[in-house]
Amino acid sequence: MKVYMDNSATTQMDKAVLKAMLPYFNKQYGNASSLHQMGREARKALEKARSDIAKTINADPEEIIFTSGGTESDNLALKGVAAANQGKHIITSKIEHPAIMSSCNTLSKQGYKITYLNVDSCGIVDLKQLEKEITKDTILVSIMAANNEMGAIQPIEDISEICKKHEVLFHTDAVQAFTKVPIDVKELNIDLMSISSHKIHGPKGIGALFVKKGTKIKRQMDGGGHEFKLRAGTENVASAVGFAVAANLDPKVKQIKELQEELIKRIEYDIKDIKLNGPRKQRLCNNVNFSFKFIEGEALLMLLDQKGICISTGSACASKSLEPSHVLISMGIDPVTSHGSIRFSLSKFNTRRELDYVVRNLKEVVEKLRRMSPFKGDKDIKIKEKEWEC
Amino acid sequence: MEYNKRIIELFTNPKNMGEMKDPDGVGKVGNPICGDVMHLFINVKDNKIADIKFKTFGCVAAIATSSIVTELAKGKTLEEAEKITNADVAKALGGLPPIKMHCSVLAQQALKAAIKDYREKKTK
Ligand SMILES: Cc1ncc(COP(=O)(O)O)c(C=O)c1O
Ligand code: FES
Repeated sequence: MKVYMDNSATTQMDKAVLKAMLPYFNKQYGNASSLHQMGREARKALEKARSDIAKTINADPEEIIFTSGGTESDNLALKGVAAANQGKHIITSKIEHPAIMSSCNTLSKQGYKITYLNVDSCGIVDLKQLEKEITKDTILVSIMAANNEMGAIQPIEDISEICKKHEVLFHTDAVQAFTKVPIDVKELNIDLMSISSHKIHGPKGIGALFVKKGTKIKRQMDGGGHEFKLRAGTENVASAVGFAVAANLDPKVKQIKELQEELIKRIEYDIKDIKLNGPRKQRLCNNVNFSFKFIEGEALLMLLDQKGICISTGSACASKSLEPSHVLISMGIDPVTSHGSIRFSLSKFNTRRELDYVVRNLKEVVEKLRRMSPFKGDKDIKIKEKEWEC
Repeated sequence: MEYNKRIIELFTNPKNMGEMKDPDGVGKVGNPICGDVMHLFINVKDNKIADIKFKTFGCVAAIATSSIVTELAKGKTLEEAEKITNADVAKALGGLPPIKMHCSVLAQQALKAAIKDYREKKTK
């Protein structure tokens, strides 16, 4: 049996999306900037896609800038706003995606001061700290709408209110939250928002940045005047069409949430010495993140992979840098527990039968690894601080 | 992570995994913060490693290297076993991903520590 539960990494493209895209590869393949009939056809499809996406978040079509994905949208938001506004201070959080973290890192080298807000043990951003950290020099607050690793939904309504009060721009990375959490950019007073297609059963390589009318921002990709002069490059019409179809599919949040609750319940019932990472309530409908004590995540991932189960891990041993997940660490989860963390991320395509299969096999492989582990209880784990350098 | 077939096979079905009753020497190395802790137990007869067992908390490579080091050491004299290097461990596995080389160091250190422990106990 093959079970795909890594939908926060990427999703299966929906059949309806694929079908809608196909004509734009070899029949209506015109360049949306061409003036002839083929170009006009492509333009029409592109603008319909733009307006179909805009509708889902109550934005105006001209506020949707197509990009190559969530990463580019995040880069454009941060670097673009920094370049177009006076002020040298940006506030973000300790649990952001590398697209934000790394953009902030670049900006900090250019002389910007970056404040990384703390989160509580559930992974929710500290609003009091946000109030305190805003200064006259602050130009932008960028806080994700929901976290990709442990699913914490952030209080973006409150964050936006604080930003408005202090007249600071607010960007949110909604790559994981989009379609799963209702977002009305007007009601929530959001200035910029990143979304991505491949997380919602659309094609890879396309996303968008919502930019509220009047927001000062400088483009980061030089070239032609595409995308309201904010993102040069021949428009990716087929993908934009696919993205728009995906954004308007029934997200089946209730169905996914039921599976999620069942999975959490069954794991907690069947396996001991575990910890649910992230909040119980304010949680994305598709995220299940557990730490299994006394064992390591890469080993767990590999044994599950051998059973055909695709998941991901926050273990340091599985990362390119051998660093534990910055998200789990910032929640105060100790490095040992974070080693044993794995993430299941569900989609509408997962079934109860798959869930049964996963729980049964998870139990088996956790037991197998625990038989190999020198640890049987917390007292066995002796942390030697000095040897931190690994 | 790209592991070769041999590593995956040993990780899935490790040799000499488990505890040992009354070991003659025990080597405990690693740090749970780094994600790898290895316990190695040896039984010595006529200056040779007659039996050897391991328990490991760690990644795929850590478990595979634990397994291979027990196989390399078993039946060897203590002097021979001591000479096993981390390069030997990696070679016996058919190569480790560069980022995982440190796991092979751990295996070699665990073996050394177990032999040292045996000798210390004997001289007491
Ligand atoms: C929260 C978040 N932001 C940004 C991204 C990057 O999106 P993309 O893969 O479309 O570049 C991801 C996807 O991994 C994400 O989860
Ligand atoms: S145990 Fe962490 S990399 Fe091998």
